[in-house]
Order: sequence, then structure tokens, then C-alpha cells
Amino acid sequence: MHETTVTGENTSPGESRTLRGLGVSPGGAAGPVCRMAGPPRLPDPATVPPDDRAAELRTAERALRETSAALSALAAKAAEPSAREILEAQSLIAADPGLSDMVGDNVGAGMTAAHAIAAACAHHREALLAVGGYIAERAADLDDIGNRAIAAALGLPMPGVPDPGHPFVLVAEDLSPADTATLDPAMVLALVTEKGGPTSHTAILARARGLPAVVACPDAAALEDGEMVAVDGVLGEVRTAVGEDEAAAIRRRAAGERERLQASGGPGRTADGHPVKLLLNIGSAADLESGFSAEGVGLFRTEFLFLDRREAPGLDEQVAAYEAVFRALPGDRVIVRTLDAGTDKPLPFLTLPDEINPALGIRGLRVDRVRPGVLDTQLDAIAAAARSSGVRPWVMAPMVTTVAEATAFARMARARGITDVGAMVEVPAAALRADRLLAELDFLSIGTNDLSQYTCAADRQHGELADLLDPWQPALLRLIAECAAAGERAGKPVGVCGEAAADPLLAAVLVGLGVTSLSMSAPGIPAVRESLAGRTLEECREAARSALEADDPAEARRSLRGDH
Amino acid sequence: MPERTVVIASRTGLHARPAKIFTEAAARQTTPVRIRVGDGKPVPANSILAVLALGATHGTQVTLDADGPGADAALDALAELLSRDLDAD
Repeated sequence: MHETTVTGENTSPGESRTLRGLGVSPGGAAGPVCRMAGPPRLPDPATVPPDDRAAELRTAERALRETSAALSALAAKAAEPSAREILEAQSLIAADPGLSDMVGDNVGAGMTAAHAIAAACAHHREALLAVGGYIAERAADLDDIGNRAIAAALGLPMPGVPDPGHPFVLVAEDLSPADTATLDPAMVLALVTEKGGPTSHTAILARARGLPAVVACPDAAALEDGEMVAVDGVLGEVRTAVGEDEAAAIRRRAAGERERLQASGGPGRTADGHPVKLLLNIGSAADLESGFSAEGVGLFRTEFLFLDRREAPGLDEQVAAYEAVFRALPGDRVIVRTLDAGTDKPLPFLTLPDEINPALGIRGLRVDRVRPGVLDTQLDAIAAAARSSGVRPWVMAPMVTTVAEATAFARMARARGITDVGAMVEVPAAALRADRLLAELDFLSIGTNDLSQYTCAADRQHGELADLLDPWQPALLRLIAECAAAGERAGKPVGVCGEAAADPLLAAVLVGLGVTSLSMSAPGIPAVRESLAGRTLEECREAARSALEADDPAEARRSLRGDH
Repeated sequence: MPERTVVIASRTGLHARPAKIFTEAAARQTTPVRIRVGDGKPVPANSILAVLALGATHGTQVTLDADGPGADAALDALAELLSRDLDAD
């Protein structure tokens, strides 16, 4: 690897470096780097002498006003209604009298404007976190607002997505929801972040927008504004010192690829006609409005109904929500996942006690142990919605660990007339007992995000451990192979509904392992369909064998890249 | 002090869009209005941070109060807003 650093207005190919990270959203792109300004650093605290406090207060108030105005201007430019609403609310918060009163008190007590703003934002952040649930998610807004106002008070450029006036590759330490809300799809060619993992906010957004993305790429810290880079969202590579001609060729190829994929359609199958159902992951009926063709729904997350609730939604309300999805189905299959809550995804009405280690605590199906009744009502509602809509949903439980749990869940569901009952495989214990689970159940669906967190003992949100969460880890593939083989022996379907299913190369490996359906968010489907159509089942099996034999994910990817 | 008690009608509760609409309307009133949940501490209705921190969801009963000239008109206007589904607008 060369260590040459290329900076400035480079337009000719020099010595090139390849930076490695995790490819989380497929596609290729090339263009000049534009870095996002990081959060401002607070200077050491100092006490402002009483005579200077009036001037300090003016500085603080001006900073809040400028922040509110800047957010309001961003809101006016935001392309999507959801982004506009976030930014409008942030603008309002920056102008909140409660916030400016507290900043005023802090300055009155001798704090500098920047510290007064930081302390007031921290206070309100805690207040929102204390409410919990949906409101707690607004706490991150206070960080964004605080960073902007502190920068304004210190006379620094406001943090956020840059606007250089030409298309660029956005390089950042990480991206916040507010940053991603303001991404202009006409300007941002690709995303590269130093932190983040396969299930981070950046990764999910990039896939939703169809933007190539590489995360967990620590060397990206050395990339400078204006450097020409090529981004490969499949291999997870960023190559520097790319010439203008090559960049233009990469962009042409990517545009051609996008056009070809948009035109693709039809059921999923390998080159020799082996069928693989391509399904959608959805959260509500609203997610079924996209234009991408799928053969049904592989994961209907039902949490949306329960978020932000002090009391559990009643039977009638649930029936109506499930019916809306059943009636809007794009295909013949819908797999409903019962409530996946826990102290890592808190739902206020469940009032679960705080746990030291929530990922290993009361979550998913385990909630039924301590809050019986919630699952009963939900199954009643799913069964009622099935009867009234004439759709026969498949129903599965999250976080099933033992055969006894699977048996108990199957009994509850079948007692209500639900005929197709399954389990999510997210816990290695369940994968290792797939044969026995399938003796009790009709299907399995592998949640690769949680299965990798539990297999490699690495927190899903941990930025430093993203390599362990890579879905190409051979140990994870081994567990998936166990499940798929059990499915083949029992003649029962085994699908994958984690983010891994949307990786076009990995999709071929999964099919080679014996997986019968792949479920993902809508934008992932065309590239996966295309990838499968380009390989025979035997080629997929060969790819699966080499991926299982690889020593690490990078080797597995490279061996497969070569055969395509 | 004049008061109005009203049940939050917005489907998503008193946050996001409904909170924004409500606090902006409160800021337009000529009299300061306060809002509380049950016997909780009243907070300024024109502060979105304070309103969000109430954690009022769909079906929560809240009480508005105000004092001074125009208090009744302000309370009527704001109570009317809360009794509508602001997400649906």
C-alpha cells in the first residue's frame, strides 16, 4: 500500500492509496471529497468578569438567533417533508424561551456564551431523555442545536453537511439524523464515515437512498477536501488519487447500472431458474407505497403502533393497523413479527425495569414472561385482521431461544387459527437447534443484525467493533448454513430478513447456503434480483463454500468478486 | 385563574408536528399561557422544550391556564387546537 498523500486540487492520477472500511450500501461513485465540519471544541471554562457579562449575553443570544435562522433556512431547502419537519422543530427549539432563559441565567452566573449554551442544552437534553420513549429520541436534536450555537458563539463555521456547489463524496466522522435529513441527493455522490457499522443510521439511510456508502473506515480521517476518490460500496473500499477521466467513467458506469436496475422486475430467481422470494421489510402500510416490485412482505415490524404509548394500543386499533397492511400487500406473502420490545427499545407502557445489559435481558418474546397479555392481544388482533381481510399472514416471534419457547408460541398462535407460525433466529442457541425448532414450527427467518451481535459478542451500536458485525463473518455464515440445511431437510422455508439480505454478493452466498427468501428494504431489491439472475444455483453454492472457508470477511468478498 | 382541561386528540401525542403547531400558536397569544398534566408543574405553553418534556400522548388530559386580559380567548383558541388531530391537518 502506498503512503502518498494527495491533497488540494488534484485532477491527475498520482500514486493511489486504498482505504478499507465496511461496504454497507452497494454501488460505485467517484468525485471530490468534501468533509463535514466536526462539532466545535469547547475552550477551557473561564469566569467572565461582571462588567463583561452584558456583552457575553448579547453574544449568546445572537448565537441562538443565528442557529434558529440557519435551521429554518435549511428546512426551507429540505427536499423531503420528514426532513423539513425535523429542521423546523429544531429551529423552534433553538428559539425556545426556556432555552434562552437558562442561557441567560448561566451567563449571569459568569459562564462564557459557549459554556452557557452547552450547559443549557445538556440540561434540556437530560429532561427529554428522562421522558423516555419517542421523546427521548429528540435528545439528539439538542446536541445538534448546541453544536451549531456553540460554533456561532465562538465564530466558527457551523457544523453540518457542506454545500460546495458541485457534486461531492461526503466524508465525516459519523452522521447524525439531522445531517442525513439535509443531504441533497443531487449533490452527494457517496458517503464515507470513519465510524458507524452495518446497522448504523448512516448505513440504513444510504441503503434507503441508494447511495453507495463505506462506514467504519478510520483512515478516512486523513482525506482532505478536494481529493478525488472512488468509492466502492460493495467491497467497502475508498481509492484515492483518481483521475478526472476515470472518475467520469465510474460515474457513467454507475448511472448505467442504476438505470438498468430500475428497469428490472419480476420474481427472484437464479440464472437457471431456482426461485428465491424477494420480500420487503416494512414498518407500516406507508412503506408499501414505493415503486419497487417485491413478492410480498418478509418482515412486518409491528413496533410502530406501540412506540410513544403510555398504554398498550387496544385490540380494535391494532386490528385496523394490521388490516391496512394486509389489504395493501404487493404480493401473496406477509410475515408479521410480533412486538420486538425490550429495554433497548423501550416502550413506556411496558414499564420494564432498567437492565445493566439490555441486549441480554427481557426483550422480544421474553417480554411475555413479565407482561403476559400484550402478546395475547396482539395475536388476537392479527387473527381478526386476517379474517376480515381474507389474507393468511405468517406470524413469527422475535428472540426465540429454546424449543420450549417455540412450542409455547406456536400453541398460542395456532389456538387463534394462525396456520403458519415461525420464529426469528437471532440467538445462536436457536440456530444450533434449528432442526428441533422446525419440528414445532412452519418456517424460520434469520435476523442477521442480532445474530451477528450475539455470535461475535459485539454490540450492534459499537463503532469500534464494526468488523465483528460484518455479515460476511464466516462464523455467522456457519450458523445461517445450519438453519438453511435444517430447512432443506424439513422441506420448510428459511429466509433472511437482516440487512445482510440486501448485499447483492452476500445474497448469492445466502442462496447457495439454502436460504429460500430474502427480505430487505425496497431500494435493495433490484440489485439483489440482478445479482441472483447472473448466477446459477451451483455457482451460488460454490460461492457459499468459499465464503464459509474464508478466514475473514475481506477474503470471502474478494473470492466472490472474482467470479462475477 | 381561568383554566381549560382538554384531552390530546393528535394521534402521535403532543410532540413533533402537533407540539410545534401548539407552541407557535401559544407564542402568538397576547397573554402567557401555561400547560400542565394532571397535578404536575405548569410550564410555559410557548416553550417547545417544556411542552415536549410533558410527554403528553394521545388521550392524555392536560390543563391550560392563563391570567390577565384576553386570557379566555387565548385558552379557547389553544384548547380548540389540542382537541383536534393536528397530525391529520
